[in-house]
Amino acid sequence: MEFWKDPITTIFDSLLKSFTSGGMTEDLATVLIYLIGILAFISFAMVLDIFLVWVERKVVARFQDRLGPNRIGPFGIFQPFADIVKLLIKEDITPFGADVVLFNLAPIFSLMSVLLLWAIMPFAPKMVGVDLNVGMLYLVAAGSIGTLSVIMAGWSSNNKYALMGAFRTVAQMVSYEIPMVAALLVVTVLAGTMGAVGIVEAQEAVPFIILSPLAFLIFLISAIAELGRSPFDLNEAESEIVAGFHTEYTGMKFGLFYAGELLHSFTFGGFIALLFFGGHRLFGLENLGPLVGALIFMGKALFFYWVIMWVKYTVPRIRVDHMLAFNWKFLTPLAFILLMVTALVGRIFLHSPWLAPALFISNILIAWLTIEYLKSHARKERDQAEASGSAPATATQH
Amino acid sequence: MQNPWIYVGIFVLVGLLIPIAAIAIAAILGPKKPNAIKQSTYECGIETVGDSWVQFKAQYYIFGLVFLVFDVETVFLFPWAVSLNSLPLFAVFEGIIFVLILLAGLVYAWKKGMLEWV
Repeated sequence: MEFWKDPITTIFDSLLKSFTSGGMTEDLATVLIYLIGILAFISFAMVLDIFLVWVERKVVARFQDRLGPNRIGPFGIFQPFADIVKLLIKEDITPFGADVVLFNLAPIFSLMSVLLLWAIMPFAPKMVGVDLNVGMLYLVAAGSIGTLSVIMAGWSSNNKYALMGAFRTVAQMVSYEIPMVAALLVVTVLAGTMGAVGIVEAQEAVPFIILSPLAFLIFLISAIAELGRSPFDLNEAESEIVAGFHTEYTGMKFGLFYAGELLHSFTFGGFIALLFFGGHRLFGLENLGPLVGALIFMGKALFFYWVIMWVKYTVPRIRVDHMLAFNWKFLTPLAFILLMVTALVGRIFLHSPWLAPALFISNILIAWLTIEYLKSHARKERDQAEASGSAPATATQH
Repeated sequence: MQNPWIYVGIFVLVGLLIPIAAIAIAAILGPKKPNAIKQSTYECGIETVGDSWVQFKAQYYIFGLVFLVFDVETVFLFPWAVSLNSLPLFAVFEGIIFVLILLAGLVYAWKKGMLEWV
């Protein structure tokens, strides 16, 4: 069965044969097949997105001790479709004085930036949109379009709350890109390649979570900040600035922002699975075929999506100065120290059986030293605060 | 697969098309009854005072600048990280010195009080 071993290539070849037999040039046929494949792929992503709305609402309900949607269909699974119909027949309001072009482009870019990430997602060895050799740079670049869309939305809305949300985005999403890129650099050093498929292949023996648990933690934290989810949801803090950058959006445009956020979370869940947990691998089960591998990958992505949700509904929002201090004074230096140590240890123990233990131990050492340093630093500040007679609570506010 | 960027290009087009289609369908189906109050700027029920494009803290700009330095740096670091295993040990130290210089910049900004939110 050729199809089960390599479904994408099989379909591609058979389509190419039938297209070219009708007198079409091979280039045109390839582009057409790409178009059909991408349309199917993105439609799948959008259907998944609709499913994620239901998952999100159901899970948050459970976290808050509620039932969640349970009226339409079994377990309320058709609720998102009702939501879509509602969003489609809502009036689309453009506020006075808004920059109409940017106002309409922002939600489009928001969803597009997420969909773009799916182009390099390797579900299984041969089930990947395209294996770019600059995959990780592409991930950062496509993610930046999302940041841009938030700034566009805030700036063009002609609303002070929206503008404030956009400013906070500049400070937050942009800042947390640095530790995220550093964590990606650590993965690149370990894998020796930037391509997503190559990174999954490099985890054949040991997944990178064991080689670099610290990089995983840094990536998880900065990914949550990039997504703008709680505890880093300052750009749409409901209790402070109404809804932040999408205050003025109604109907389907708001729906696109919402869909983009959910799909972004799931996509980052997928990237955590692929960067640190071996992608489609699960104790040899992936040998059953690429479709099983893709299912395992989706399962892992859903799990990390759930972890991101778990953090979102458990941790309260942090203050803007703490958020920036946490990034620039803690996460960024730590990430770059980790990068230097990983590069050095990885190079010294290259091709040696001690590579994995050495990397793991160096990670643990860095973590331990960081915690010890933070402890002594906190003790010093507490002593200073007590000596000067002020309350210890203010000591942490620089 | 001839050129992977053809695929990415088509992906961008389709990725733009789907949300545009969603907005277009909503524009066809939804009612259109604009009026002055509906379109006024939302500010918790209070009438808007002054221009919405307000002055903002210079702090945001400083963080933007610090970010820019690090972002440009990562572009240089990615090729180094990819080819690390085929480079001599000397190149590893070169990369580390490069990162250290940038961290020195961060420490300088830190000591200058640029990273404080006031």
